[in-house]
Amino acid sequence: MLEVKGVHSYYGKSHILHGVSLELKEGELVCLLGRNGVGKSTTLKSIMGVVRPAAGSVRFRGQELCGKEPYKIARLGLGYVPEDRRIFRSLTVHENLLMGIKSGRQSAEGEAWSVEKVYRLFPRLEERKNNKGGHLSGGEQQMLTVVRTLMGNPRLILVDEPTEGLAPLIVKDVLEMLITVRQSGVTVLMVEQNFNAAIKVADRFYIMSKGAIVFSGNREELMAAEEVRKNYLEV
Amino acid sequence: MSEFLVFFLHGLAYAGLLFLVSAGLTLVFGMMNVLNFAHAAMYMLGAYFSYTIVMQLTGQFWMSLMICPVILFVIGAVVERFLLRRVHRYGHVQELLLTFGLAYIITELVKWYWGNYPLAINVTGFLNGTVSIFGIIYPMYRIFIFVCAILVGGVMALVLYKTRLGIILRAAVNDSEMTNTLGVNVPLVFMGVFAFGAALSGFAGVIAGPLLSTFPGMAQEILLDAFVVIVVGGFGSLGGAILASLIIGELQSFGVLLFPKLSMALVYLLMAAVLIIKPSGLFGEES
Ligand SMILES: Nc1ncnc2c1ncn2[C@@H]1O[C@H](COP(=O)(O)OP(=O)(O)OP(=O)(O)O)[C@@H](O)[C@H]1O
Ligand SMILES: [Mg+2]
Repeated sequence: MLEVKGVHSYYGKSHILHGVSLELKEGELVCLLGRNGVGKSTTLKSIMGVVRPAAGSVRFRGQELCGKEPYKIARLGLGYVPEDRRIFRSLTVHENLLMGIKSGRQSAEGEAWSVEKVYRLFPRLEERKNNKGGHLSGGEQQMLTVVRTLMGNPRLILVDEPTEGLAPLIVKDVLEMLITVRQSGVTVLMVEQNFNAAIKVADRFYIMSKGAIVFSGNREELMAAEEVRKNYLEV
Repeated sequence: MSEFLVFFLHGLAYAGLLFLVSAGLTLVFGMMNVLNFAHAAMYMLGAYFSYTIVMQLTGQFWMSLMICPVILFVIGAVVERFLLRRVHRYGHVQELLLTFGLAYIITELVKWYWGNYPLAINVTGFLNGTVSIFGIIYPMYRIFIFVCAILVGGVMALVLYKTRLGIILRAAVNDSEMTNTLGVNVPLVFMGVFAFGAALSGFAGVIAGPLLSTFPGMAQEILLDAFVVIVVGGFGSLGGAILASLIIGELQSFGVLLFPKLSMALVYLLMAAVLIIKPSGLFGEES
């Protein structure tokens, strides 16, 4: 469904991604791991077009994404949940959700996401629907960022460190939410620093170091690759 | 007492004009993070086009009130699409320089075509009349300015707070990159907002023409006050622009009455005070 091949990305003159390649199949939940500053977020941004890759290719359901504006990529069925919970602070919770709606997009299968469905699944957001986004707690903001993206009924979502800075109890909520999302037929590519959380929810793993992928494998393979974990992950 | 009322009304009229100029400036800044130095030059273009339309071509003030904003809208759209957008990826300093250069070019063109001296634009008929308010005779035109400002402010508030477009605009002010990744054609929104800002400044220029004199320094003159308005009101805030326009308008007006030598200083004192107490401006978001 998603095929990233030899992507190179820069911020100004600094060369951050040195030929990143990875693949996702429909329905998978894949986790991208790696130490701070290795280029995980930049990889997601390069897929979404927020950072324009200088070389390489990103194909989504057969279409080339490289060089397209983010809004065009979004309209093809990608959703992006950035790090730092970028909710619209001066919009209400309800308006934040409305912003996620893309006209004319249906979900891959099953029931489409709607404001009603979000409120049914997450009553906490309904209670606060008229509050300004900036007034929510960290956990609520994170939920809102994820569901706002879901409102556009994406086929694939890119989620950047959804549990960062959240209390353990809320981390559990957010992870459960992602599992629910995946069960609804959405493919997920997630960046996660929290190894223990990642290992529980993901089917497959990529590990990055210095702007390139250095390991790829499923849960058993990752658990077996002790050397890799020692070298490339915080233990 | 009646003197007080006259100065109060003068203040309202100037506040109306200030609002019309600063509303577009603050909206463009809030969304695109570009302080558009050419904004006041577009206001001046509005006044000069109006001179040509009213005094040389049609004799109809209403005509220029309708045509000039359209011309400026097109100019704004072209400037955004073919100049600003290309410079955008090089950063804010370059964008600033571009608008600065543009302001300079427009001013020189105006001097070359219309001459480096003041021109008078006359309104006739109804707008040239007077009204009686609490026993004083007051020029209709100044009331008209204030009414225009209220109408424009009202329509903008309606669009911003009651429509889907308004949600998109406010979201883009908060975080335009995020708005883009949610599937909104942000480049088009930028072009529209920039063009609308230019149209609004052109409209303000048409309105300013008969009130103030139309001359090549008029852009500079209003630009300073408009900057003060958006700093005091808070960058990007429409409500802030409304309140700050009223404050600055009245302050200017009563400053002239009470402390003739200090009237400009009062405005900057106010700005300094606001910056010290609430650096993000009266309605600005703390970040
Ligand atoms: N906007 C930017 N401008 C310049 N350099 C940047 C920018 N964003 C990130 N970088 C640099 O690019 C490198 C990769 O950053 P990236 O955010 O992709 O890392 P990451 O793997 O997501 O790290 P983290 O775990 O801390 O989120 C880092 O060295 C970072 O300092
Ligand atoms: Mg990151």
